Amino acid sequence: MNAIEFILAGMLAAATPFLLAALGELVAERAGVLNLGVEGLMALGAALAFIVVYHGGGHLLAFVVGGLGAALLALIFAFVTLGLQANQVAAGLAIGIFGQGLSALFGKTYESLTVKGLPKLALPGLADLPVVGGLFVQDIVVWLSLLATLLIWAGFAFSKAGLVLRAVGENPKAAHSIGYPVMLIRLAAVLFGGVMAGFAGAYASTVYTPLWADGMIAGRGWIAIALVVFGTWLTGRIFLGACLFGAVSLAGLAAQAGGVELPSQLLASLPYLVTILVLGIISSNRRLLKLNGVASLGEPYKP
Amino acid sequence: MTAPLLSLRNLTKSYGPVRANRGISLEVGERSIHAILGENGAGKSTLMKLIYGVETPDEGEMLWKGAPLRLSSPASARKRGIGMVFQHFSLFETLTVIENIALVVPGQRRALLSRIRALGEEFGLEVDPLAHVHALSVGERQRVEIIRCLMTDPKLLILDEPTSVLPPQAVEKLFDTLRRLRDGGVSILFISHKLEEIRAICDRATILRSGEVTGHVDPRDHDAHDLARMMIGRDMPEPLPVTAAPAGEKRLELIGLEDTPDDPFAVALSSVNLTLRAGEILGIAGVSGNGQAELAAFISGESRLPAARREQVQMMGQPVGHLGPAERRRLGFAFVPEDRLGRGAVPELSLTRNSLLTAHPLGLQRHGLIDRARAAAFTADCIRDFDVRTPSAEAEAGALSGGNLQKFIVGREIMLKPKLLFVAQPTWGVDIGAATDIRRKLMALRNEGMAILVISEELEELFDLCDQIQVLRKGTLSAPLNARDTKPEEIGRYMMGAEAAREALSA
Repeated sequence: MNAIEFILAGMLAAATPFLLAALGELVAERAGVLNLGVEGLMALGAALAFIVVYHGGGHLLAFVVGGLGAALLALIFAFVTLGLQANQVAAGLAIGIFGQGLSALFGKTYESLTVKGLPKLALPGLADLPVVGGLFVQDIVVWLSLLATLLIWAGFAFSKAGLVLRAVGENPKAAHSIGYPVMLIRLAAVLFGGVMAGFAGAYASTVYTPLWADGMIAGRGWIAIALVVFGTWLTGRIFLGACLFGAVSLAGLAAQAGGVELPSQLLASLPYLVTILVLGIISSNRRLLKLNGVASLGEPYKP
Repeated sequence: MTAPLLSLRNLTKSYGPVRANRGISLEVGERSIHAILGENGAGKSTLMKLIYGVETPDEGEMLWKGAPLRLSSPASARKRGIGMVFQHFSLFETLTVIENIALVVPGQRRALLSRIRALGEEFGLEVDPLAHVHALSVGERQRVEIIRCLMTDPKLLILDEPTSVLPPQAVEKLFDTLRRLRDGGVSILFISHKLEEIRAICDRATILRSGEVTGHVDPRDHDAHDLARMMIGRDMPEPLPVTAAPAGEKRLELIGLEDTPDDPFAVALSSVNLTLRAGEILGIAGVSGNGQAELAAFISGESRLPAARREQVQMMGQPVGHLGPAERRRLGFAFVPEDRLGRGAVPELSLTRNSLLTAHPLGLQRHGLIDRARAAAFTADCIRDFDVRTPSAEAEAGALSGGNLQKFIVGREIMLKPKLLFVAQPTWGVDIGAATDIRRKLMALRNEGMAILVISEELEELFDLCDQIQVLRKGTLSAPLNARDTKPEEIGRYMMGAEAAREALSA
């Protein structure tokens, strides 16, 4: 297997934790709520899911528990920011740190233990293609994440629900005045973001690298938030950003295996650097930002 | 006799100690255009919020076709058949017209498209359903709002100051639309403080003053003087004295000012030329959103030009395009921005502290420390000379009424004895008494030789005040028009652009 095949085969799986979390954050931000606690939500989801799989509960239950646990934490965030109109930045940071703390607490006795991941499913025919064949051999969660990406893209592009969400994010006052329940919509969006962050964490700890180590989310929640912003709140760009990140991290590994003499810390930081640079350049288009940006993002609203 | 469409009985609404509406009763008949007339702060907006379900009354009751009406939200009002067009539109700028409408009206996209077009033709509300709202003019946005309301088949349509954003010709077109709607069976509540408009279109008028009803009349039976007396409780202030004075030296000059902003929603300025001399008031007319904010920022110094193009803005004969606000003020420039809270004054600070914001060069500080005694004296002078009604100089700026705070800010700037004074929207949201005071002051200063630049959306105000008027449209300034021998309709033509004006005349 050469480096390109290696990268293509692993890229989607590496991208999935970012993708899931970023899609959730996208929905929350489109409704006007900035949740900076994604890192903590992912960590909590990861710890809970790992515990479930370790005790033989299976992956389905693990994802449900991880998603619900993170959603519960997101509910606290929603209570503080939507119910009490607290500052979203401060509340998000606090919830994030709280989530990381909780994950460390729950995971204390599971440190360095491993579980079994999920089998890969190959798309018949496509998987046998030369070079790109690896792209079509993925576990079920990757396939479902791709489906979710497609659904969310279509939801924003074509559905009434997507339209309402954008309206609430752009001008909550106007949305209220034409009769939409702004608070409920924002609450739903935040909870959706929580569930998706929980899934992202669960994927990271039980499928992608099926082991538990404290701090294993390692900033992926923050990258997910950056993907949303630099992807100018467009589903397609967020997907591409996540793939780019996955590809560059695998390229680093491939380079190391190929004997390139670079400090491993530098290689490990490479994907972060490349992703931020590329997306930063793409998103420097102010017109795009203004048209797709969320005007009321982070502003508390009381009807 | 059938019950009226809407009756209000003794509606009362208070916000804390402020009683915005006191015992309001009125009846709106079927097929009626009913005016709610009152000054800023008379309680018109509060009343509309009650009728549209945004707020609930503390006391009193509402009847809809004779049956009790309780509204918990705008949605419930719309369900009954009450629609509202807001003064500050409730449209979503990044969405298209049809998306904005689809948010309120159920239905397939194709069906909506044809209904929008049909309504547009029937009532003279043409607009491109696929355009993005941010690209539309204010008049077009208003049409979108009206169409959106009409598509829910309202029996009662509330219009909040609908003409304040329109040029005169577009007002005629709107009135035509409203008459057609009335004939089609829709009653209209028309909120305004413009007497002539109400006389032109309304068949009933309810007049509010300080939250109370002061009269129910047929406006066609009364002249503007009567209506004004009911509205402000005394006779209209006398027209302002005009004394012609020979214009002095140039105080402000814009020479081919142009700028293309990065911000896609901002207006690009192109070859803006103006000359303002001592002893002159120059007015800039135009529908807001045509570059007023951008132009004001280049004059105030909040936006700067690169040094190479600094000649494009000249003050007191010097190029200042590259200078910031403080440096321009040092040359004798003073500025009253259009938003009082946040730019003209800091709402949370006392009036004394707000004085310091721009008046600190008048010796209100010593060795970098505030000279409290002098600051207090300056503020006391300003409050006295400009008749600012405030409990004390230590009151928070945000606690003053719009009119009083505006008098304070204008007064503060005038006390700097500037050579060049720039006032954006001098009487926006200010009651008639305070507005008259402010205009008189400006006239007096002009007669003493100050050069004054005014940006305003109110044409009447510009005609009262100005020697010359220039019209800003799509970032370009018209040639100066002499205010004494120009008709409002002519200004209106410039506001709409020659092409649009021809269309409106033929329609």
